[in-house]
Amino acid sequence: MKDVENGNGGAGHGASADALRFENVSVTYRSGRSERRVLTGVSLAIRRGESYGLVGESGCGKSTAAFAAIRYLARNGRVSAGRIWVDGRDLMALSQAQLRRLRAQSVSMVYQDPGRALNPSLRIDRQMMEVFEIAEGISGDAALARAREMLARVQIASPDRVLRSYPHELSGGMQQRVIIAMALSTNPALLILDEPTTGLDATVEAEVLDLVTRLRAEYGNSILFISHSLPVIARMCDRVGVLYAGELVEEGPAERVFRDPRHPYTVGLMRCVPAYGMRKDRGRLETIPGFLPTPGSITDRCVFVERCGNATERCAREVPPPVTLEGHLARCFYPDRAAQLPRQSLAAPAAAPLAPASVSSPTGGGAGATGAAGLAVPLLRTQHLSKTYLISGKRFHAVHDVTLELWPGETLGLVGESGSGKSSLAKLLLGLSAPDEGSAIELSGDVLPGRAEERTRGQLKALQIVFQNPGAALNRSQTVRRLIGRSLRLVGLSGPAREVRLREIAASVRLTPRHLDEKPRQLSGGLKQRVGIARAFAGGPSIVVCDEPTSALDVSVQSAILNLLVDLQAQQKVSYLFISHDLNVVHYLSDRIAVLYLGRLMEIGPSDAVFSGPHHPYTEALLSANPSLEEQGAERIRLRGELPSASNLPRGCVFHTRCPRKIGAICEREEPPLAAAGERHAIRCHIPAAELGGARATPANR
Amino acid sequence: MSATADDIARPAQPQPASGLARERWHAACRSPTLIAGLLILAFWIVCALFGAGITPRDPYADDLLATLSPPSAAHWFGTDQLGRDIFSRVIVGARDILIVAPLATLLGTVLGTALGLCIGYFRGVLDDVVSRIIEALQALPLVIVALMALAAVGTSNATVVVVIGFVFTPLIARTVRSAVLNETDLEYVAAARLRGDGTLAILFIEILPNVLPIAIVEMTVRLGYAIFFVASLSFIGFGIQPPSADWGIAIAENYSLIGSYWWTVLFDAAATASLVIGVNLVTDGLAGVFDT
Repeated sequence: MKDVENGNGGAGHGASADALRFENVSVTYRSGRSERRVLTGVSLAIRRGESYGLVGESGCGKSTAAFAAIRYLARNGRVSAGRIWVDGRDLMALSQAQLRRLRAQSVSMVYQDPGRALNPSLRIDRQMMEVFEIAEGISGDAALARAREMLARVQIASPDRVLRSYPHELSGGMQQRVIIAMALSTNPALLILDEPTTGLDATVEAEVLDLVTRLRAEYGNSILFISHSLPVIARMCDRVGVLYAGELVEEGPAERVFRDPRHPYTVGLMRCVPAYGMRKDRGRLETIPGFLPTPGSITDRCVFVERCGNATERCAREVPPPVTLEGHLARCFYPDRAAQLPRQSLAAPAAAPLAPASVSSPTGGGAGATGAAGLAVPLLRTQHLSKTYLISGKRFHAVHDVTLELWPGETLGLVGESGSGKSSLAKLLLGLSAPDEGSAIELSGDVLPGRAEERTRGQLKALQIVFQNPGAALNRSQTVRRLIGRSLRLVGLSGPAREVRLREIAASVRLTPRHLDEKPRQLSGGLKQRVGIARAFAGGPSIVVCDEPTSALDVSVQSAILNLLVDLQAQQKVSYLFISHDLNVVHYLSDRIAVLYLGRLMEIGPSDAVFSGPHHPYTEALLSANPSLEEQGAERIRLRGELPSASNLPRGCVFHTRCPRKIGAICEREEPPLAAAGERHAIRCHIPAAELGGARATPANR
Repeated sequence: MSATADDIARPAQPQPASGLARERWHAACRSPTLIAGLLILAFWIVCALFGAGITPRDPYADDLLATLSPPSAAHWFGTDQLGRDIFSRVIVGARDILIVAPLATLLGTVLGTALGLCIGYFRGVLDDVVSRIIEALQALPLVIVALMALAAVGTSNATVVVVIGFVFTPLIARTVRSAVLNETDLEYVAAARLRGDGTLAILFIEILPNVLPIAIVEMTVRLGYAIFFVASLSFIGFGIQPPSADWGIAIAENYSLIGSYWWTVLFDAAATASLVIGVNLVTDGLAGVFDT
């Protein structure tokens, strides 16, 4: 549109109407002497002003598609077949100079990690002005003025302060706004967003998504939105394409695809995500069996055949052609049967739930099979637990005065934004860092020493953890046998007895004996996390802290891991402290939920009560930001401002600086007490419980 | 646990069953740098092992009728001031330096790795103090430090090994320390603490295997320096002692003659250089292999 000199566009194909057009595109990567095809015959078109979502699990080729769209593949990658038009121009026919101009003026890309996309040693003003210097040839004050204007458009309240900052002085959400501002500066025909909110908290994610929605309405850019999150795609996109193993297996209007999916993979993906309000005692999560095949390895049959419950003999013999029905494409022989994809959860009994009576018993927690009678003492109790770090003379209050209890067989969910103290609290309980004076942690009524090194074997055995990142949590130089086996020393097993127990544990997390001799790098993310779980359970713990155990995993793997955790709990009667930023996951697994903000307990209570309200304004905002497939278009509550620094806490209620329901001076003056708001339900707010929000629909009994 | 076929890990992924060791072996076999370096090293090791057994002439026999004769068919590298065959002496001269330099490096690596593990793991005051001492030591020219130490304890192959080993310790400790700092942040260390592993077990069973590749590459770097170091000390008379046919000593004895009798210095110098180059090629090759 801007330079017309490039006449070899694809005008003859009618492609000029599209911001991006892929025609039968294949991309191969060369590794060593072999070539791997990671994208196979992908055809798609993004019309002007349209927002197109590309969804799929990791390794399916989403990012490769994005890089192919700007011809910026890694050195060993190439477009081996097909044609790509951007803004009506044939990308393959462009010279390097033309390509550079295209990237500067017609396409912009926003990446997942805003911290890495900005140059850490240059101030924001310098980085933003550069965009205008290159794309528009203006400089100095003119460029600065344009930069300021762009920051104002992405609703940054004090553009001048941000312009003078270095990237590390800005929060993740603010960095991503700056990058979006830079991406939009040239008013590109196509904006590519590659997992733009994946590293951000739900509340910040919601804000950034709001911003993109508004900017799109304002500018009318076409958007290619890449995400692994179905709810986010459903919210943001007009049309959606589902990638599996490098093939576009389904495509159509977003609303249609999510209401009436016609490919079994899409159906599987949608079922894997715990739906809003779903709980472990009401049903198992669905999984997609098996593994993603190596892209390009399957050429003579359906790519999904090995994992498909609908597969027939024909699927294993022939490649299904794309079938289009009213603009809704599915690469499947039986698109009409997709909705009837067999559910595994119906075959299996619902995950042996805790007796519902015990969940709501007034003593708190599911006493379950442990016998509720004689249990007046909680399994774990913290009293006035605090942790203050002293960093270069400043005091950082990571955890402040947390008093809570954990009962046998119970799952306590811990939620809050990053920086809220969830992981710090977990570390204190485990003894990985020592609490402040005056804090107390009791295990079955006995005081626990603050540091793991001072605890007895029995105490160590009782409290174990499953870490967030299985890659870092497993020693890469050891085999699985050794990784699990070393934890068996806690129970004093050796020789053949140990080997027997080892195999038992491996089997209980569904690792095969073959895996025992492998090292972590030979295992997929899901298998690694199983090893992590096996290690935690090896000594027969009574409490397992799960610190975001599935946030590094794909959704289909996540559901299998969550099912496993539920099974293990039912078998071994352990208690979980389950930390997660994903509220649906927390709600699925937890009996009670505690909400942390800046190291303080803001709310604690039974899951359903916390979800259905009345809830703390902060909980309300978290729930509102929580993306879910069911609740598109619900009214949203947004938090203003940023998380205050833990070294300089607001006076009074720590939440008053961002609270949408602040009532007045009392919030700035006095810290509210944790007041009862129902049976075993307490909220730290000056507003009486009866007046607090609870408008959310009660979780449906699905 | 019924009907959980969904969860069963199917061995569908054709992951390389080979493992890291085999992958590294393949990378090693494909690295021309590494192979060239190893060939050079192997040549000198053979010379050091067999010494006088494979020389064409007796390296210690004087021949006062043929002093300082230039390279010829009889004496390929010529003869020195006492008429000894330089070719034979270069071959025999590999022995001492190939004993002293690797042993010194090994000592420095073992001590340095242990020290680096400790300061990297404990951090805090220990790290501050030791790191400052290491920096202070690095400000001094190492040859001077070694010279003073050798002057104090007396010179022998054993004392040279010990002194160079100690001089190298802080350098290797620094490298290992920074690798350990990255490792201690990984959660597998926390997991080890939570199952009651002692500090020694965490340091040597958990962390050490993961920093070993870095320590080994650092060791080969140091080996190159050690050869140079030993040769320099021998040259100034504080390293390997006569009557060894050591290259450094030979250069020291003959360098005043270099104007007219270049062969008395050139071949010993070239031998030293080739050994250092060989080690450095191995270093580069290994670093590449461990990167894969």
